[in-house]
Amino acid sequence: MSYPEAYRYTKEHEWVHVDGDHATIGITDHAQHELGDIVFVDLPKSGSKVTKGHTFGSVESVKAVSDIYAPVSGEVVEPNPLLSKHPEKLNEDPHGEAWLIKVKLASPSEANDLLSAADYQKYIGAE
Amino acid sequence: MLAATGLESKEDLVSYLPADVRLKTPLDIPHGKSEYEIIEHFKQLGAANGDGYASFLGAGVYNHFRPVLVDTVVSRGEFLTSYTPYQAEISQGTLTSIFEFQTMICQLTGMEVANASMYDGSSAVPEAAMMAVRITGRDKILIARTVHPEYREVLKTYTQHQGFPVEELAYAKSGQLDIDDLRTKLNDQVAAVIIQTPNFFGILEHVPEISSLVRSKGALLIVAFTEAVALGLIEPPRDADIVVGELQSFAISPSYGGPYAGIIATRNQYIRQIPGRLAGETTDSNGNRAFCLTLATREQHIRREKATSNICTNQALLALMATVFMSLYGKEGLRELAEQNLAKAHYLASKLPLKFDAPFFNEFVVRTNGSSPDQINSSLLNRKIIGGLPLGRFYPELADCMLFCATEMNKRSDMDVVAAAFARF
Amino acid sequence: MIKKAIRHIVQAEPLLFEQSSPGKRGYQLPELDVPVVDAATVLGKGNVRDEIEDFPEVSEFEVLRHFTRLSTWNYAIDLGLYPLGSCTMKYNPRVNELVARTEGLAWAHPYQPERLAQGAMEVVAALEHALVQITGMDAVTLQPAAGAHGEFTGILMIRALLETRGSARKKILVPDSAHGTNPATAMMVGYTVENIKSNDRGMIDLGLLERVVNEDVAGLMITNPNTVGVFEENIKKICQILHDKGALVYMDGANMNALVGVARPGDFGIDVMHLNLHKTFSTPHGGGGPGSGAVAVAEVLTPFLPGPRLKRQADQWAWNYDLPQSIGRVRAFYGNFGVLVRALAYIMAHGGNGLRQATLDALLNANYLRTLLEPYYQIAYNAPSMHECVFSDDRQAKEGVRTGDIAKRLIDYGFHPYTVSFPLIVRGALMIEPTETESKRELDLFADAMISIAKEVEENPELVLKAPHSTRTSRVDEVTAARKPIVRWQPPARVSQAAD
Repeated sequence: MSYPEAYRYTKEHEWVHVDGDHATIGITDHAQHELGDIVFVDLPKSGSKVTKGHTFGSVESVKAVSDIYAPVSGEVVEPNPLLSKHPEKLNEDPHGEAWLIKVKLASPSEANDLLSAADYQKYIGAE
Repeated sequence: MLAATGLESKEDLVSYLPADVRLKTPLDIPHGKSEYEIIEHFKQLGAANGDGYASFLGAGVYNHFRPVLVDTVVSRGEFLTSYTPYQAEISQGTLTSIFEFQTMICQLTGMEVANASMYDGSSAVPEAAMMAVRITGRDKILIARTVHPEYREVLKTYTQHQGFPVEELAYAKSGQLDIDDLRTKLNDQVAAVIIQTPNFFGILEHVPEISSLVRSKGALLIVAFTEAVALGLIEPPRDADIVVGELQSFAISPSYGGPYAGIIATRNQYIRQIPGRLAGETTDSNGNRAFCLTLATREQHIRREKATSNICTNQALLALMATVFMSLYGKEGLRELAEQNLAKAHYLASKLPLKFDAPFFNEFVVRTNGSSPDQINSSLLNRKIIGGLPLGRFYPELADCMLFCATEMNKRSDMDVVAAAFARF
Repeated sequence: MIKKAIRHIVQAEPLLFEQSSPGKRGYQLPELDVPVVDAATVLGKGNVRDEIEDFPEVSEFEVLRHFTRLSTWNYAIDLGLYPLGSCTMKYNPRVNELVARTEGLAWAHPYQPERLAQGAMEVVAALEHALVQITGMDAVTLQPAAGAHGEFTGILMIRALLETRGSARKKILVPDSAHGTNPATAMMVGYTVENIKSNDRGMIDLGLLERVVNEDVAGLMITNPNTVGVFEENIKKICQILHDKGALVYMDGANMNALVGVARPGDFGIDVMHLNLHKTFSTPHGGGGPGSGAVAVAEVLTPFLPGPRLKRQADQWAWNYDLPQSIGRVRAFYGNFGVLVRALAYIMAHGGNGLRQATLDALLNANYLRTLLEPYYQIAYNAPSMHECVFSDDRQAKEGVRTGDIAKRLIDYGFHPYTVSFPLIVRGALMIEPTETESKRELDLFADAMISIAKEVEENPELVLKAPHSTRTSRVDEVTAARKPIVRWQPPARVSQAAD
């Protein structure tokens, strides 16, 4: 699966797509692959705050739970409603349909210091 | 085997233990005994326990008949000597029976999901309270004084160091929860209100009324029960958010306080906050129906310090006893059993001075006008009858009262003896 | 070659609810000797329920057949070796079952007058005494219902003691090799958890420990022998490091089967520990309980034990409720008494010498298996094994076969798998605990099976990956179970309604 150039990535395997003062956040294809079959996604409610570097939710497989860390700070506009009924979508389309949350950014420049698609792929190749 | 392992003597197996930790002297425990001696020993202990008394004790532990099949089933080595069913392919017997257990608990309580069991009714109470704290994000717990006193003590032990304030709710003259006291103490810091029905005095609480009050403040209602037989007849606490209880009444012998089987049941929406094990239905790779433990990510072996509870081993075999019991009695039998309990208790109650006037199931509080619970009980013991529980230990204001219970196991003739003892004083 | 098992017919069996038909009953109540009362009249109409919807209606014989058929779908220690590491699946002597059903004990009500409960109280006293001897500690409570419940009780006592010294402190140290119950327990007592990394021998790193122990640390939860089956040889020093900073040491006694009669935690510096009576002392697991998590404490913690406590008064046993420093009750009544009876019977049958002999036999069995399996599987750490041995699937993983697959293939050979993927510090762990009650013949069969599977991994990994092949139920789809949880039966009509 390709890693979109327009996204920025973290070493904790999240991606963020900034669009003006809003952003969409998800986990990478690499992350979903490592987790295996995803059975549940726990996401924050609209209106809650997320802080860069802090956990805002978790993704579960049958025998593991992984925290998800916010790549940027902001206020949750919408958790992805698709995932509560269809967690398997996160295995199928992690960079597209199965985004996790949309946020209104506290500071749009926060994403600048994250990894580019090329750097992230280099990072996971070496990991 | 020693040689294969490269050792000369069994002592070599522990020779690498640091010398200063090795035990130098034999354990001070007498020489091993034969089967015969062991059986004799426990027979003597049983006899020293006052065998052969009729009893009117209830108070969380009830004297009900245990159908013979219960022990037949739980004595099967495949149930008795298997471990927790982590390997689903060779544990379908246990898993299927847990699934049936969970289903029956839901049917009985009016809830949507129940777990595979808790240690007992008392420890299920704080587990439910912690669940409510997680769900509501609040931390205060209100608990009725009509909840079993030892259950309240357990709640206090669990909450005291986690910083959850616990406040007790008074009872009214009727023996039910004092709704006005609840109204006064209920506010938007309260995570849960805990009541019991039938309550410790045997009396039914007004669950729907309490529920709407609790809900109006955004708190959860936790309803406990100690006498599961009541659920054969009384309206289940459908308006509760969490139901916890004790299944000792369902073919689990009193056994001086344990082991019993606790339950926790709730609504579907809170399924991921429930503690302990859950069995779920699925299919195997051939498409056949199969069961497995599920939603295990809630539990300690995966989520460790973030788990919903530290509970691991539960009470599986006791839950199986209860399942066999519920299967044998079934839809009609459980009701008929409850009706017999109701009839017996109301017969005895009709001959004794009652403290409270609200509707009760198979337990009730009696005043000892002019005498004392100890006097009454002493005179009954002379007739080989264990009387009611003196309440002063738990409720100083009820020092002249005692709690009587009558079940299908109590004979009319013994009840008449009790009535006569009261009449004498 | 598969020697221990052959296939045979297994009965199919629907759920009880699916066999139900109206009016069937499996009970007969005695004739009522008092007047019938009308429920709606005495309870009020609103308090009386309609029928219990969908509750089963079956005959007595159907119930017996149902549960007998279900039972044949289970593996059990009665059928063969059950080598779950850390679980101590040993033979459960049947005399224990018999004596637990002794009329005067099984039907004793917890509130019956103390003078009519002397036999039951004697059981509690005798078992407390024996466990004090075995652990070398100063007192024992039998109240906790299971191991995790015992941990909770123990850590709560540590907290209570530290509070009397001025501060409960903040955190509990837990080695990364610990059971999950340890960190979960610390949280329930209001502590944060600091995980400490094991050294390259799977043991506590003394240097690291010295660096992290400070005045914020309330205690360390240690398992000894640890979950790799290795005795923490520096245990005295470890306890010293904690004690020097005013912290306490909790020992998870899950592995006590390696120590009974050989070494006593009270002698090597432990302050508080639990025992799993359903492991070390042979009470049956029952498919997941009941257990009993007796807790033993050093003298400094005795005032904080949960109440009530037994006391001797005028030549009789009595319950003492006057315990001003007690942490309070952790459950109603006095503990899982029926389990206590069984454990006491086990101790009586063995005696002091027999208990030590059992320990040595458990160590021998584990080391024997280790010797047979080491040429085929990678031992996790080279340190000497006690009652269990832990391997890693490193060699098999190269062929794409993991510990979980080998475990499933063992089922085809007629064995229950070992503990899979635990402890977490071993990659692809196979944790094997045979216990002392297995014969050489059974151990050899097991070793043959493991060796045969190791060969299959090299020659025909697919065979292992798709196992088990011979069970009634093939590999179970746990993913769908977790994605779309179905945790209760519903009549078909209601299920289709819900789907609409």
